[in-house]
Amino acid sequence: MPSPKRVGKIDFGLLSPKEIRTMSVRKIIWADTYDDDGFPYPQGLMDLHLGVIDPGLRCKTCDQKASDCPGHFGHIELAKPVIHVGYTRLIRKLLRVFCRNCGRLLLSPNEVEKVVGTEDDLTGDILTEKDVKKERDCPHCGAPQFKINFEKPTTFSEVSIEEGKKIEHKLTPADIRARLERIGVRDPKTGVDYSYELKALGLNPDIARPEWTISTVLPVPPVTMRPSIILENGQRSEDDLTHKLVDIIRINQRFKENQDAGAPQLIIEDLWELLQYHVTTYLDNEVAGCPPARHRSGRPLKTLSQRLKGKDGRFRGSLSGKRVNFSARTVISPDPHLSVGEVGVPLAIANEMSIPVRVTHQNMEELKTMVLAGPDRPTLKHPCGANYVIRPDKRRIKLADGNLETVTEMIEPGTGYVVERHLRDGDIVLFNRQPSLHRMSIMGHRIKVMDGKTFRLNPAVCPPYNADFDGDEMNLHVPQTEEARAEAALLVSVQENILSPRFGGPIIGGIHDHISGIFMLTNKTRWFKKDDVVYLLQDYDFDTLPEPDKVENGIEYWTNKQIFSIILPKDLNMVFKASSCQNCTTCSKEECERDAYVKIINGDLISGTIDKKAIGAFDGQILHRIIRLYDMRNASNFIDCFTKLSIRSIMIDGFSFGIDDEDLTHAEHRQIEEKLTYAENDVDRRIKIFLEGELEPMPGRTAEETLEMQIMQVLGKARDETGKIAEQHLGLENSAVLMARSGARGSMLNLTQMAGCVGQQSVRGERIMRGYDERTLPHFRKQERGSAAHGFISHSYKGGLNPTEFFFHAIGGREGLVDTAVRTSQSGYLQRRMINALQDLKVAYDETVRTTGGRIIQFRYGEDGTDPMKSSFGEPVDVTAIVEAVLKEKASEEAEAR
Amino acid sequence: MKPEHLNAIQETQIPPKTKEQLIDKLEGKDYSDAQFDEILLRTNDEYQRTRIEPCEAVGVIAAQSIGEPGTQMTMRTFHYAGVAEINVTLGLPRLIEIMDARKEPSTPTMTVFLNDEYRGDRDKAREVSWQIEAAPLHEFGDITIDMENMQVIVHLNKAVCDKRKISLETIVETAPKKIKDKRHYRDFEDPPTSDIDSGELIFLPKDRESYQNLFHLAEHVRNVIVQGLDDIERVVVRKEGGEYILYTEGSNLKDVFEVEGVDTTRTRTNNISEIASVLGIEAARRAIINEALDTLKEQGILVDVRHLMLVADMMCMDGEVKQIGRHGIAGEKESVLSRAAFEVTVNHLLDAAVTNEVDELNGVTENVIVGQPIQLGTGDVKLIARQIKVPFSGEKKPNCDVDERPIGPDESKSQISNEERLAGEGNVVPA
Repeated sequence: MPSPKRVGKIDFGLLSPKEIRTMSVRKIIWADTYDDDGFPYPQGLMDLHLGVIDPGLRCKTCDQKASDCPGHFGHIELAKPVIHVGYTRLIRKLLRVFCRNCGRLLLSPNEVEKVVGTEDDLTGDILTEKDVKKERDCPHCGAPQFKINFEKPTTFSEVSIEEGKKIEHKLTPADIRARLERIGVRDPKTGVDYSYELKALGLNPDIARPEWTISTVLPVPPVTMRPSIILENGQRSEDDLTHKLVDIIRINQRFKENQDAGAPQLIIEDLWELLQYHVTTYLDNEVAGCPPARHRSGRPLKTLSQRLKGKDGRFRGSLSGKRVNFSARTVISPDPHLSVGEVGVPLAIANEMSIPVRVTHQNMEELKTMVLAGPDRPTLKHPCGANYVIRPDKRRIKLADGNLETVTEMIEPGTGYVVERHLRDGDIVLFNRQPSLHRMSIMGHRIKVMDGKTFRLNPAVCPPYNADFDGDEMNLHVPQTEEARAEAALLVSVQENILSPRFGGPIIGGIHDHISGIFMLTNKTRWFKKDDVVYLLQDYDFDTLPEPDKVENGIEYWTNKQIFSIILPKDLNMVFKASSCQNCTTCSKEECERDAYVKIINGDLISGTIDKKAIGAFDGQILHRIIRLYDMRNASNFIDCFTKLSIRSIMIDGFSFGIDDEDLTHAEHRQIEEKLTYAENDVDRRIKIFLEGELEPMPGRTAEETLEMQIMQVLGKARDETGKIAEQHLGLENSAVLMARSGARGSMLNLTQMAGCVGQQSVRGERIMRGYDERTLPHFRKQERGSAAHGFISHSYKGGLNPTEFFFHAIGGREGLVDTAVRTSQSGYLQRRMINALQDLKVAYDETVRTTGGRIIQFRYGEDGTDPMKSSFGEPVDVTAIVEAVLKEKASEEAEAR
Repeated sequence: MKPEHLNAIQETQIPPKTKEQLIDKLEGKDYSDAQFDEILLRTNDEYQRTRIEPCEAVGVIAAQSIGEPGTQMTMRTFHYAGVAEINVTLGLPRLIEIMDARKEPSTPTMTVFLNDEYRGDRDKAREVSWQIEAAPLHEFGDITIDMENMQVIVHLNKAVCDKRKISLETIVETAPKKIKDKRHYRDFEDPPTSDIDSGELIFLPKDRESYQNLFHLAEHVRNVIVQGLDDIERVVVRKEGGEYILYTEGSNLKDVFEVEGVDTTRTRTNNISEIASVLGIEAARRAIINEALDTLKEQGILVDVRHLMLVADMMCMDGEVKQIGRHGIAGEKESVLSRAAFEVTVNHLLDAAVTNEVDELNGVTENVIVGQPIQLGTGDVKLIARQIKVPFSGEKKPNCDVDERPIGPDESKSQISNEERLAGEGNVVPA
């Protein structure tokens, strides 16, 4: 329920003893909680005046039930004052900076002005301890000052010099309090107000008197803040705070009794210290120099500071992060038949989650059928049901088999009835995968209720979520208000997030099989018969096929490029190089050997292969152009079209990869062998040169480092050469080559390692050097420097690794694992810091960037006011696209006219 | 290109870079006036379309855009960027280093460009490099320990000294001084400056009894830097793009600027705080942007400059380079709750109490904590539509006005209070 009032501001201040007593509803004097009957002791820590936690009881202060009573504070009168641990540094500063006799600042007014600024305009710095010279006489009353020593956690002492000897004299909290009381007060004789002296230190004496940092009264938090839990065996288990408060009260009472009985000073001091210890650990149980208070089991108690601190503390755990209802989580799996903007939701989830709909005249009939259908919707064929009906008096009626008819009769439009209906096709929901590293980690999808138990999504939306289907789970949230649904549909939806604000290019696009499929379809020229063409374009809505490219024996044939052109917008003009382009020095354009010169004129693919560069996520040139020329909706349609087309086309030929795809002939194996032996000999030769001391070191490097670099180079080259040999043998008919060429997955390096040679394993960029005494493994001689002894794997994955190679491979592999583990935590922290530093920035209506407080950071966002998401890879205007579009258009028109 | 076309381009309200691109694209192409007008119109249109929208939470987007690819970056600290001989920290550690605004990067390096006179000639470039590279005394001659007479003798090699353009006098003069000043070793007597031409220098320890002292002294004499700048351990000369460039290990911008032959307009260092102190905060801002962009680019990660600009502007806002984090921007925020929610929770709360801080609840975290809409994006728009009661035309019960309010139990209440709130704040409600 939204809060009706807005919090304007929050004031921070100290509680004065007076305030503590005023807000207290009960003075607590009993150290016990419950009596034998399980009833709280009056004036005990569980006093019914402090609020109630047991259902059924009523609070003695506000007379409300446990669910409504917020709880009330009590208080403990301490026998003697104790120091608040959090303020020891402040107390030390105050003791050192103010006179021990008259309580005035140990600086003349002129000196103060120098640091702080003039009295009526405190513009300068805040006074620090360093501004006051040590052990000088008070400039106001002339009293000599002594050195104040502070010992952690809460002991203060004063070093006075008597008869030339240094005497350390302990200051009790009462002494300190007496001194602090004299600071910054109105002089009763002269009537001069010295509070400005405290203001010079940044303190506000109206809100926080210095002596309040030393407690004489302790507030007792309400029981609602420290509820006791009842264990299975019926025993009560108290909260850590209650335990600590029990300790405080027990010592406090004993202290009082001893004081009243006139106990010797020594005992009083001991008790005082004990009381101080308990109050200290009550406030903070992780103070340096103070043993933490422990539970009977030995676990340190979680006291006030610990409740607030850290990731799961009140601030980060409970206030900045909140738990929600109307959410679901399950495993994800792919479904290429869904649109990118859809998500398949299992029926079981759709029936559990609901959307509130207010009953109106327009929707009453529909809602009545839903209520009548009830909470169970057995199959997809059954109509959508509802779980609850909320009456105008805000009472919820849970729909069950028994009451469906009666409730249906009850519903009236316009009176405030709300039906919480099931999810159904077309509802918008938020879909999320952790870690949520950027805003595309949460997007709005339209629901499609489905059989099965997993969330289904189009593989094309995997990149923004960074999802795969190896067991990933994702979360789904159902927005409950019209406002939230509108934002989900208009701002958060998938189609609004095709472009990444990181670099201004598409982040959603074809992956893996989409790219392999479209590559196989469009590469070079192929002809398809009519039934194949219709099969390919089965999912695309079109009226007529273009003129067939050729007719042979009365059979019509269409080219592969024609088929792809059908899904292109009719006025698209662009030229670019596909990702299989080798960047030849002179581009042969349309005659490209690899068919990598993509040319689209008026929506016709004239030449070139469609691959990652054209439709892939992160690159997608065509996709990007369509977004800029038309809009997001067109682009998301286009994604749906080409994903379906490519999936069909990959199914025509079939696509698989197996172990025999890595087979090479004997001739190639011999060549590879040759290369590797040559490299090995070359390494040995270089080692020999080095051992003879003949190696010329590179500038700034030792001979040994130079040798290592040379060896790495030689072996690296050897591996690449084996790869080349394998590549020559394996052509586009090999699936791995096709995937690497088209950019669908993997690289030629992967193939090299499978078919050719795995290559050098490295740790920290060097050959493997660690291991036994002077050698890496016991299989080698000491000080051996050869390639095999330091982690060069000359076999391929297919050929199989020998035992030493296997070891080296594991060493290299582990480095990768460690790397990932370290990196995630480091980059996570970096991101948290950056978000925290920048989160308050926004663009104002005048294009300036300001903090929410109003400070200007930039006068014009990004110096040109361009939104990186709407930009074309950083440029405010895609000049190339415009020129290409205008000139090509006109050129072809002229041609037609002629 | 026709001059009137050029003029038309120059006069349109588009960024200079776009103008350049347009001219570049159209240069040498064949097109009609109508086509040109069409192109210019479309360019203008597109420029208007790509404006950033008000209320956009650009800070969060920038942080996400830099943070998200961080997971894809390599951890490996050392990489050889460009120059094989010089190690540079790259990848995620370098990015963290930049955002931390460290006083000294873990691998300080400089790229020293040379003046017209020097850049074309390898020998001249080498000359400059000698002025920069820290050269210890043992590179200029043989150093022997004379145990019999308890002394350290330096035989300066005149040929080397001539080659490296340093006179014997300077060596004789600087060596003892530097040993005292930079190496803080004083237990020796200044060698006599009389017979310089012989190229012999004799160092005598004050304590003639201890061999240990003698060896100590020898060590200092051997390693004292007599030529070049102390902070720059190594200089590599490379030819790039038709000119010789010096890459250094170690950085000292201020002193390098003093060296003759150095092009002070292009020379740079990767030590950002050094740039801030030598060239000023604007240069430091540029340096942050460039360094971060280079680091990301080297990893093959595409990030819009605007995000980095925003981060750099935030870091340099107060005239000094401030860290992203506890000891910088995040720690100096106005809001108590925001600081408490970030790090060192308890201390911030305690300090806020005694100094009577007031949290105005402007920022994001604060409003999340108290549970109300944040003032960014759609939450920042203070616009209220007056409800219009439209009579329902269909079936209608007597005396029943149709409620057109949005669905939800308490929506009506909050709207009224919204209005009150705005009225109370003195906001103008647009009609």
